[in-house]
Amino acid sequence: MEKSDAVWGEEGTTPDAIAAALRRLLVERHAENDGYVPARVLNMIAFVDREWSGEIANRLRGVGRYSASRLLVLSFEPGRERMDAHVSIASEGDPGDGGIVLLRETVVVDIGEHHLDDLLTIADPLVVSDLPTLLWSPHGHAEVVDELLALSQSVLVDSVDEPEAQEAIERAFALSERAYVVDLAWLRTTPWRERVAAAFDPPRLRPELRAIESLTVRHHPDSTVAALLFAGWLASRLQWEPIPLEADPGGLAGHARDADHKDVQVRLEAAPELKVRGLEGLTLQSAHGHRLRLDRGPGGLHAHDRNAQGQERAWTIPGASRGETGILGEGIRQALLRDRTYVPALQAAQSLLG
Amino acid sequence: MAVVAGQPTATPEPENPLTAGLERLPVAPTTLVIFGATGDLAKRKLLPAIYNLAHEGALPERFQLVGVSRGKKTNEEYRVECEQAIRQFSRRTPDEDVLKGLLEQVKYVTGTFDDDAAYTALGKVLDDFEKQAGEPLNRAFYLATAPSFFPVIVEELGRSELARHEHADVRVIIEKPFGTSLAEARELNRRVLAIFDESQVFRIDHYLGKETVQNMLAFRFANGMFEPLWNRNYIDSVQITAAEDIGIGTRAGFYDHTGALRDLIQNHMLQLLCHVAMEPPVNFAAEEVRNEKVKVLLSIPEPTAVEIPDLAVRAQYAAGHAGGEDVPGYLEEPGVPEDSTTETYAALRLEVDNWRWAGVPFYLRTGKRLARKITEIAVTLKPVPHLAFSQDGSLGVQPNQLVLTLQPNEGVSLRLGAKIPGTRMIIRPVNMEFLYGTSFLSQSPEAYERLITDAMRGDATLFTRNDEVEAQWRICDPIVTAWAQTPGPLPKYEAGSQGPAEAEQLLREGHHWRAI
Repeated sequence: MEKSDAVWGEEGTTPDAIAAALRRLLVERHAENDGYVPARVLNMIAFVDREWSGEIANRLRGVGRYSASRLLVLSFEPGRERMDAHVSIASEGDPGDGGIVLLRETVVVDIGEHHLDDLLTIADPLVVSDLPTLLWSPHGHAEVVDELLALSQSVLVDSVDEPEAQEAIERAFALSERAYVVDLAWLRTTPWRERVAAAFDPPRLRPELRAIESLTVRHHPDSTVAALLFAGWLASRLQWEPIPLEADPGGLAGHARDADHKDVQVRLEAAPELKVRGLEGLTLQSAHGHRLRLDRGPGGLHAHDRNAQGQERAWTIPGASRGETGILGEGIRQALLRDRTYVPALQAAQSLLG
Repeated sequence: MAVVAGQPTATPEPENPLTAGLERLPVAPTTLVIFGATGDLAKRKLLPAIYNLAHEGALPERFQLVGVSRGKKTNEEYRVECEQAIRQFSRRTPDEDVLKGLLEQVKYVTGTFDDDAAYTALGKVLDDFEKQAGEPLNRAFYLATAPSFFPVIVEELGRSELARHEHADVRVIIEKPFGTSLAEARELNRRVLAIFDESQVFRIDHYLGKETVQNMLAFRFANGMFEPLWNRNYIDSVQITAAEDIGIGTRAGFYDHTGALRDLIQNHMLQLLCHVAMEPPVNFAAEEVRNEKVKVLLSIPEPTAVEIPDLAVRAQYAAGHAGGEDVPGYLEEPGVPEDSTTETYAALRLEVDNWRWAGVPFYLRTGKRLARKITEIAVTLKPVPHLAFSQDGSLGVQPNQLVLTLQPNEGVSLRLGAKIPGTRMIIRPVNMEFLYGTSFLSQSPEAYERLITDAMRGDATLFTRNDEVEAQWRICDPIVTAWAQTPGPLPKYEAGSQGPAEAEQLLREGHHWRAI
């Protein structure tokens, strides 16, 4: 389908002028054909370093239908004095007879240090009133995030971006007290959580959950936080008492105490062979001798199960990898949902780190 | 006698604490058996739906697919057919690894549906899967065959002891049409329920799997503003339209034995009526929702032979124009007998005789080769009691109308009276519109993806219960019978038009059909 854009740009502009341009472009597109209708789902504010703004734009372009209805990119360039802006209203093709085509608005505002003090008054007129707003600052800038949270109901983070797991978890936890946190590191664990939940869903296997005696999570070397979140999820759902893990060759190791006060061995292992962020695999072992191992593989997760009688079986659970672009799109979609299990998992992960 | 499901289980199962917060709930390990595995439905809808579930990681932990059909072929040959169907009809380009993995789980059993040996072979394949899995797998038998085979397959499943399975659930999914008359539906229910419990039976009406149909319940029961108005005191009439701009195409063989009433009104459109008229269920569990829908259907009086000419209109399309081209009339379509009395248009006026709706007409109409394709529900409110704005030049204060559009542009539109800018108080109607596509990021899954998952999970909310099917037929059967006894030719309407003039006679004074 052909893509068409209406565009406007101005150097040395103001938020009022940008807002007026947005209104005018929308009216023009609607007058051109009333089948052009603006999407009205979600605002997204992205605060980015200007030198990396191209890369961020590419990532956001890849999310396709999960694009925010209005994307406000605050592109920060140290030393910049003048505020420049560029607005585009994009549509995928033309409305057919009686059909509709969604319009998505992108506003890029180039700003410098001295604009940071007035960030709220720049961003506020440029988001659509009454729509939820998701805030994303992929290059850090914690102080900016703290300020822009006043405009946002949810904030997108990727805890694996932080160099230190401890800091990542503390930051996510602090943010969760002010807004709904969508953590891409958490979303990378979703297929694993779904599969472990499914593996123990048959009623005859549910009691095994109380008999788990060891958990090993294998992860990309930069994704310790994802592994901690998975372990934290299991701990919080099964009412384990997490005890701080200790550094061990290749990862972290220690134990938690289950609901019956028995020890559960917990081990997080870095898997240097893994090329993408997230988890590589996990193994759960029960006191009854049941062992479930899941590993990432082509076409889905490879499962290897040994039951209490020692019989072993292997199979593949089909599922396509979402890739990093898919994870980002899922993160944007999750801004409209609420997963109440993330914060308890985060708390447990924090306790595992001590 | 209808059998109603929902027996309480003896001991509650321990909850799975790991499912909290997950958008996708686990589906128990299942073998899905498709009867009619090489047919059009399997190729166009079922196999692509299964692939898409695999792509999203939404299939059960252990999943196997068995195709059963008459044509003799090997597992490998059937896998090639599956692959071709998925590549041609899937809503997304297949991931090669996922597709390969899925196809490895596919097997094929050759046999006619009344052949005991085929069921013996099927039983062996199912047993082999379970040995390989090391645990009993749920079994879901999907009957995607011609309707005449439904009772045959069900009875063969019973005879070959495949309708029950120790430590696992067995379900049967039955495509529409569920009978072509009340007597047939009852007989089919009798034969199905002689083998399966109602809780094992999942009768498909794929309309119920559409997001926009489900959204009607959210619209009604998640918004406080409509419910106070949603009754005979404020609502003047309800109009449900399912119009198509295309003709019967190559489906003459099927369509000429079915007609518009059986094809759409008996099932889909009565379901839409139920969604408009039902009381709020206690919760959205299958039995509660279906109980409320059955109450609505039972509140609709069965039309008598004397009433039918005033309550129901049928017609056939004549030659005309569609999409800027000349198109033939129904009787000139290839494969249609020249003296056919099958209706391509049907309209009904029904009433729901209960406390909430007494006296409110529900107009239903459907047809092929109409002006355009649209499915909508228009709820017209009663006019305001006093008109203060009757100046010259005013288009007038028209009653509010709430229109729920199911296709093509899903959404809700509310017609309001507004003042035209100027010095005089001149009123004209304006529309306040909500378009579903503008407000959600997610793409709606195909109806079959949702329905197959629900059937494998044992959630029957979006499936039609035995008494519901019979209650639907109870309303339509007298009309089918009366029309069968009335000789043709049928009234005609020009292809590409609004439908037959005769449809006007159904309307009460002051009512009009909405423009299609």
